[in-house]
Amino acid sequence: MDFDLTEDQRLLNDSIARLLADRYAFDARRGYIKSAQGWSQEMWDKYAELGLLGLPFSEDYGGFGGNAVDVMMVMEAFGKNLVLEPYLATVVLGGTAIRLAGTEAQKGDLLPRIVDGSLKLAFAHSEQQARYDLSDVMTTATKDGAGWVLEGAKSVVFHGDCADTLVVSARTAGDRMDPAGLTLFLVPATTPGVARRGYAMRDGTRAAEISLSGVKLGADAVLGTVGKAMGTIEHVTQAGIAAMAAEAVGACEAAHDMTLEYLRTRVQFGRPIGQNQVLQHKAADMLIEVEQARSMAMLAAMMVDESDAAERARNISMAKVGVGQSGRFVTQTAVQLHGGIGMTEEYAVGHYFRRVMAFEHVWGDSAYHLGLLADQVA
Amino acid sequence: MELRFTEEETAFRQEVRDFIRTSLPSHISERLRLGYPPTKQDVVTWQRILNRKGWATYKWPKEYGGCDWSPAQRMIFQDENLLGHAPEVNSFNITMIGPVLIQFGTPAQKERFIARCANLDDWWCQGFSEPGSGSDLASLKTAAVRNGDEYVVNGQKIWTSTAHHADWIFALVRTNPQARKPQEGISFLLIDMKTPGITVRPIISIDGSHHFNEVFFDNVRVPVSQRVYEENKGWDVAKFLLGNERTGIARLGKSLARLHDMRELAPQLRAHGGSLLDDPGFRERIAALEVRAKALEITQLRVVSKMMQKSDGKPDPFSSLLKIKGSELNQDTSEMVMDAVGPLAMPDWARELDKLSSEGSNDPRIGPDWAGYAAAPYLMHRASTIAGGTTEIQKNILNKAVLRL
Repeated sequence: MDFDLTEDQRLLNDSIARLLADRYAFDARRGYIKSAQGWSQEMWDKYAELGLLGLPFSEDYGGFGGNAVDVMMVMEAFGKNLVLEPYLATVVLGGTAIRLAGTEAQKGDLLPRIVDGSLKLAFAHSEQQARYDLSDVMTTATKDGAGWVLEGAKSVVFHGDCADTLVVSARTAGDRMDPAGLTLFLVPATTPGVARRGYAMRDGTRAAEISLSGVKLGADAVLGTVGKAMGTIEHVTQAGIAAMAAEAVGACEAAHDMTLEYLRTRVQFGRPIGQNQVLQHKAADMLIEVEQARSMAMLAAMMVDESDAAERARNISMAKVGVGQSGRFVTQTAVQLHGGIGMTEEYAVGHYFRRVMAFEHVWGDSAYHLGLLADQVA
Repeated sequence: MELRFTEEETAFRQEVRDFIRTSLPSHISERLRLGYPPTKQDVVTWQRILNRKGWATYKWPKEYGGCDWSPAQRMIFQDENLLGHAPEVNSFNITMIGPVLIQFGTPAQKERFIARCANLDDWWCQGFSEPGSGSDLASLKTAAVRNGDEYVVNGQKIWTSTAHHADWIFALVRTNPQARKPQEGISFLLIDMKTPGITVRPIISIDGSHHFNEVFFDNVRVPVSQRVYEENKGWDVAKFLLGNERTGIARLGKSLARLHDMRELAPQLRAHGGSLLDDPGFRERIAALEVRAKALEITQLRVVSKMMQKSDGKPDPFSSLLKIKGSELNQDTSEMVMDAVGPLAMPDWARELDKLSSEGSNDPRIGPDWAGYAAAPYLMHRASTIAGGTTEIQKNILNKAVLRL
C-alpha cells in the first residue's frame, strides 16, 4: 500500500501540465473543435514527443513500460483541460486490445506505430441495440476461404471517424447475447465495405457510426482466439473505465476550482456570493466528492492489471459507480452555483459537465454497475 | 503507487485476526456481535489484553509504547478489531489525553498518568461542551480562579460521555474572562473525579442508554500542577487534541462489520415470500453502501499516509472529510440493519432487559437474539454527526482551511 508518485511520474506530470497550460486554454480548445477533424494533430505530435503515446507499452515495442497509474495521471490532466485527441481510443482501448490479445507479429507491427503517433485506433464494439450489454453483438464474421467477411454496424465508436485501424468485434458463433462466439478483428479503415459517419458528441469529442458490409479480411486480421474474445472485450472496457474515471476526476477538480473562483468574485447583494454559508457548504460537499472520486479512480487504475477477473470486474464496477455518482454531483452543482453563466456554451463549466456525462453513459452507468454489484450480494 | 496489500500486510492481518480470536473472551465478542454496547468491564478487560501485547497504544510515539505501524497496518488493525467484535479502546485515553500528555505534559504529569492511561487504570472522560457552548466551544464559561497553588473550579459540563465510569476528567476552563479573544482565556485541567464538589448526573439518550452525563463543579479545588501547558493556552491543547492524527475518526470498521453481518442475517429475514436477500432493492442498498465504504477506505488511507509524512503536528483539515463521510456511513449502515429487522426492532429492549434482570424474570426474549438491539445503534448514531464537531461545523472547517471562500 503506497500512494506516492515516483520521481519520473512527478516529472512527467509537470511536463504534461506545462504543455496543456500553454496550448490548451479554453479558447484554443474551441478552435480545435471547430477544425475539420475536431482535434489537433499538432497536439497529437506533442504527446508522441513527450512519450505519452507509448506510456503503457513495453520497451520491446518502443514504449516506456509504464502501467495504469501512469495512464491515470495523463487522463486526469487531460480531464482538467478537456483534451480532445484520440488518446483513449488509440492508446487505452485499441492499445489494450492489442497488448492483451495480439500475436508477437501484430504487436511488433502495431504498437511501435501507436508510440510514434502514426497509427490511430478505435474500439468498434458497441452496437445500437446493445445499450450496456457487452455480449449483445449482432455483427457477424463468416468464414471465407482462409479469411473472413464482416457484416453489421457499430455505434458511438469513440474517434471511429479518424482511426486508421478499427478493432472490430463480430460474432463467429452463437446467438445474439451469447458471451461465447465473439472474435476481434483488425480492420484497416480503408478496407472496402467500411463506411463511417463521423460526428461530434455532446461533450465535443468525436465518434462515429460504422457500417460493415461485405468487408473481406485475411486470416491474419484475427486479434486473439476465434470465438473467445469476450474476456479481452471486458478487459479493454475495464481499462477504458479506469482511464475515463481518472479523466472525470480531472474534469471534476477543474469544475470545482472554477466554481470556487466564481464564488469569490461574483458579487450580489453587495458582497461575494461565496460569503453565504449555504454556498460554502455546497462547495465543501463538492470537495468531498472530488476526493472520494479520486480514491475510486485510483482503485480502478490499480485493478486494471489484476489477474483475478472477477475481483477486477467487481472493483471496476465499484469505481464506475463511485466516480459516476460523485461526478454527477460535482458537475451538476458546479453549474448550479454558477447560475445562468453555467448554462452557456461559451463557458467551460458546462463542458466539464458534459464530459462527465459522457463518462456516465459509456460501458454502463452508475445504476447499471450498481445492479451488477447487487447481483453479487449473496 | 500500489493499493493492493503486500504479503507482509496480509500476514499482519492474519496475525491480528488470530490474536483477537484467541485472546478476546467470547462473552464479550458475543455481546458485541448482537449489537449490544460493551460494558465498562469489557472495555477495561480488552484494553488491558491489548496493552500487554503492546497494541493498545500503537499510535503513540515509539518511545511511549507506539508500534511504528504504517497507515495500512493501522487500518488493518482497526478493521480486524471491529470485524472481530472487539470493544474499541477508550478513545479518551488513547487518542486524546495520552497524546496530549506526550506532547504537552510535564515530566511529572507523564510519570503519573501515561502508563495508567495506556492500561486503563484510570478511565478518562472529556469535559468540553457546556449547556451554552456546543459548536461555539470557545464561549465556554466554567470558571477556574487561581488561589495560591490551586484553581477553584465552578461551572457545568454537558454531554460528558462515560463520566459515570471515569476516574479523571480533562476539562477546558476559563482562567481569564477578560481575554481579548475568548480562545485566549482558556486553560486545560486534569481533574480527579473524586474531588469534593463534583456531581455527575445521567442523561438518558434516545436509545435508552446511559452514555451521556452532566458534570457539575461546585468550588472544586484543582492543584495548579494538574494544568497541562501554559495558563490561558488551553485552546492550543484542545486544537491539537481535536486535530491529532485520528485514523479512527471515520469508524469505518463498524460500518464494514455491519455490512458483513448483514449478509449473514439477510437470508434469515423474510421479504415478499422469499428471503430479504432475494429482494433486488435491498441487495442494491447493500451494494451502494459497500461502494461508499470502499471509497472511504481509500480516502482514509490517503489522508493518513499524508498525515504521517508531515510532522508539523498541525491538524489535517481532511480529517473533517473522514468525519463527515464516516459518520454518515455509520448512520446509514445502522439504519439498514434496523430496517432489515423490521417490527422486531421496535420493542424497547434496553429498558426491557433492565427490568428483566432487576426482577430476576425468566421471560423469554422478544424475537431472535439479533433482533433485540437492532434499533439502538441507529438511534445512537444520530449523535455521530453531532458529537466531535457537527457535520456543519466540519464543513466550516473545510471551508476555512481548504476552500477559503
